[in-house]
Amino acid sequence: MQAFAELMYRLAFTSSRNAKLDLMAAYFTGAPDPDRGIALAAMTDGLNLRLPFRRLVAEMLEPHVDPVLFKLSRDYVGDTAETVSLLWPDRETDLPVPSLAEIHARLENLKPAEAGPQLAAWLDALDANGRWALLKLVTGALRVGVSARLAKTALAQGFGKDVADIEEIWHGLELPYTDLFGWLEGTAGRPDPGEVPVFRSVMLAHPLEDGELAGITPDEWVAEWKWDGIRVQLAGNSVELRLYSRTGDDISPAFPDIIDAFTGFHGVADGELLVMRGGEVAPFNDLQQRLNRKTVTASMLKKHPAHIRFYDLLFDRADDIRELPFPARRQRLEAFVDELRTPVASLSELFEFAGPDDLAVLRERARDANIEGLMLKRVTSPYLVGRPRGHWFKWKRAALTADCVMMYAQRGSGKRSSYYSDYTFGAWRTADDGRDELVPVGKAYSGFTDEELKRLDKFVRQNTTERFGPVRAVSPSLVLEVAFDAIQPSPRHKSGIAMRFPRIHRIRWDKPAAEADRLETLEALAAT
Amino acid sequence: MTLDPASWLYPTPAGLYCEPGGFYIDPARPVDRAVITHGHADHARPGNAHVLATPETQSIMQVRYGDRAGGQLQAIEPGQIVSINGVDVSVAPAGHILGAAQVILDWKGYRAVVSGDYKRAADPTCAAFEVVKCDLFVTEATFGLPVFRHEDASGEARRLTGSLAASSRTHLLGVYGLGKCQRMISLVRAAGYERPIYLHGALQGLCDYYVSQGVNLGDLRPVAASGGDNLSGELVMCPPSAIADRWSRRLGDPVTAFASGWMRVRARARQRGTELPLVVSDHADWPELIQTIRDVEAGEIWVTHGREDALLHQISQMGLKGRALALVGFEDEGE
Repeated sequence: MQAFAELMYRLAFTSSRNAKLDLMAAYFTGAPDPDRGIALAAMTDGLNLRLPFRRLVAEMLEPHVDPVLFKLSRDYVGDTAETVSLLWPDRETDLPVPSLAEIHARLENLKPAEAGPQLAAWLDALDANGRWALLKLVTGALRVGVSARLAKTALAQGFGKDVADIEEIWHGLELPYTDLFGWLEGTAGRPDPGEVPVFRSVMLAHPLEDGELAGITPDEWVAEWKWDGIRVQLAGNSVELRLYSRTGDDISPAFPDIIDAFTGFHGVADGELLVMRGGEVAPFNDLQQRLNRKTVTASMLKKHPAHIRFYDLLFDRADDIRELPFPARRQRLEAFVDELRTPVASLSELFEFAGPDDLAVLRERARDANIEGLMLKRVTSPYLVGRPRGHWFKWKRAALTADCVMMYAQRGSGKRSSYYSDYTFGAWRTADDGRDELVPVGKAYSGFTDEELKRLDKFVRQNTTERFGPVRAVSPSLVLEVAFDAIQPSPRHKSGIAMRFPRIHRIRWDKPAAEADRLETLEALAAT
Repeated sequence: MTLDPASWLYPTPAGLYCEPGGFYIDPARPVDRAVITHGHADHARPGNAHVLATPETQSIMQVRYGDRAGGQLQAIEPGQIVSINGVDVSVAPAGHILGAAQVILDWKGYRAVVSGDYKRAADPTCAAFEVVKCDLFVTEATFGLPVFRHEDASGEARRLTGSLAASSRTHLLGVYGLGKCQRMISLVRAAGYERPIYLHGALQGLCDYYVSQGVNLGDLRPVAASGGDNLSGELVMCPPSAIADRWSRRLGDPVTAFASGWMRVRARARQRGTELPLVVSDHADWPELIQTIRDVEAGEIWVTHGREDALLHQISQMGLKGRALALVGFEDEGE
């Protein structure tokens, strides 16, 4: 438990992706089985504990700590589990520290009445970091900034494997992943995914750079829309069916409408998940309502019906056809979609084009049609893992831009920790008192050169009006031309809108802040 | 009926004032007569006409303020008594930093002890806190919440040396220049770290002073002389403000570490943006505050700067008389 607690502690304070990978790789290669497997589960799919520990944690200090002192402490710390971990009496040094495996095994068959005393006994045997890690583990939220994908990448790095090889067997594995670690360490064969449909790493595209368009000729390339949803993979073996995100997360439970429609499917297909109403693709925002949920309500299914628009076929039944060139795969894909005859599926259409000019015209149409842009695929390319060069290009619709005013700047992390490099910017609106005020509309930390960053940093330091920890408010005097993909309505934000993929396009040192854009202008750009 | 201490010792805008003695303890603005507990800038300010302090505190004030350390400097060491207008003033070690003293005031058979800042945990760079039984104890409360229980400092130092051993990145440790800096150096030395430690220029003077007082800090080198570009894998120390300052850019992509009692609380550590928070403090943590209040056996406890609400609640639960002194000028954050 101590090694795991130390890992959680370090991860919580490490922002660099590479540093996180190093920490996790060191843990996975050094920790014993089955501890490391349980840690891996906690960082990826979760441990699925049945008991309601959350309330228990809030109550278990009552006999030990004066309620006034508890409340003052909780208010200061800002997190109940952390407060409990800090206030719990110091560890008895003669108690053996429980291992992660012991804790997990016990949690599996704990009766509700035993939960409190057992948790207290563990807390007694742990130090403050250990207590924090334990409480976060049992309440189901580690919050140390690690995604499942990152944990798998760390495994690959630590054991010198390809992350795609881990992804492919991932969903057939079970806690505590002993067979996985055996294979990674070379003491066992590669685990067989068995009945569970396997996720295959998806093929990704490079952005089309200036000058590359000329090489896109109709004899060697095909063009299709880049639909504005999320990339998914449907994988079935006629017994079971799974819907995976492009990083290999199993999102089937949130999309029963998809799963039902493809019952019996045998193969692996690549497509875009969309919300479709009356034959029209709904804006991305509609799809977002259905993402990041564990389950879905009936009304949600009705209001936001899901749909897959297929791009490619990787496996036709048990046949791995990834080595075939695009037209051969496409032929099989068309046959498969034809047979389906379900309104939940459709084929992404291919365009005839004579040359680059035609493509430019098509791309111009994308924004009006709520489409993200164009995909350009080399005819001869097999379906390859990862982001290989020279095979697929994405040519996104032209960005929108707005002139906004810098309002706050925050220090970056890692190499940027001495630079104010994250900027919150606003647009003007008329306040209740009739005067103009700035309201924040977005935040960006990219799009500028190192030289520009130095100048921006200097501007922030010279124009600071207030400081809040690592954040500085600046006088509203610098106009940032912000490029972004879209504006979405967002009741969570004070401005009522959210920007998608904002970045600093140009720094308008020359432009007076009063001439920056108004909120109404941005609202008018919102996708409807 | 015992004397009400508030009739002769009370807070004023200039600081805590002893009326019969005519002197202030750690005044916030220049006064005629000052008694200084220790050399931190929020306690020892320049420009007082007459200063009574331990020889170490005086030297520290001279290192920091030069000619402005005070008009007339009078030294007092533990065991000595200086009588000022009938008030007997003496000092006892506070265990906070080199030279830090509690100020003991005896007047008309009543004893008040003003702790200044103090800690009970071991520290090789200064004399250990000494319990002085008294009628009134004036305590700090920087960490006056029960969530503050400092970790064992040598264990925290081993976390730093362990991270150094496991990484080729420069480790940039932010520390206050007086006390914390020298204590952290001593701690990592005790943890077996023998490589040179590189110092920001602002830390050099006080380290030199500690060394002159017999505190062994090992091989210290100025960052400036090294050029800064080739310090991969080395330990560099700087004042906290320099981490976020343009100064630190010469170090490339360092692991930033910070040593403070505040690091016990994650939100505070995250706010600092530190990658390696170390819970090491020169102030008493909650159990030490409570233990000290018990040990001094005073009937009345006054709480100066810090989180006095929780500590006052605790004092009343202990059946003692407590009072918050709203003293200006002390920095809650200065740790």
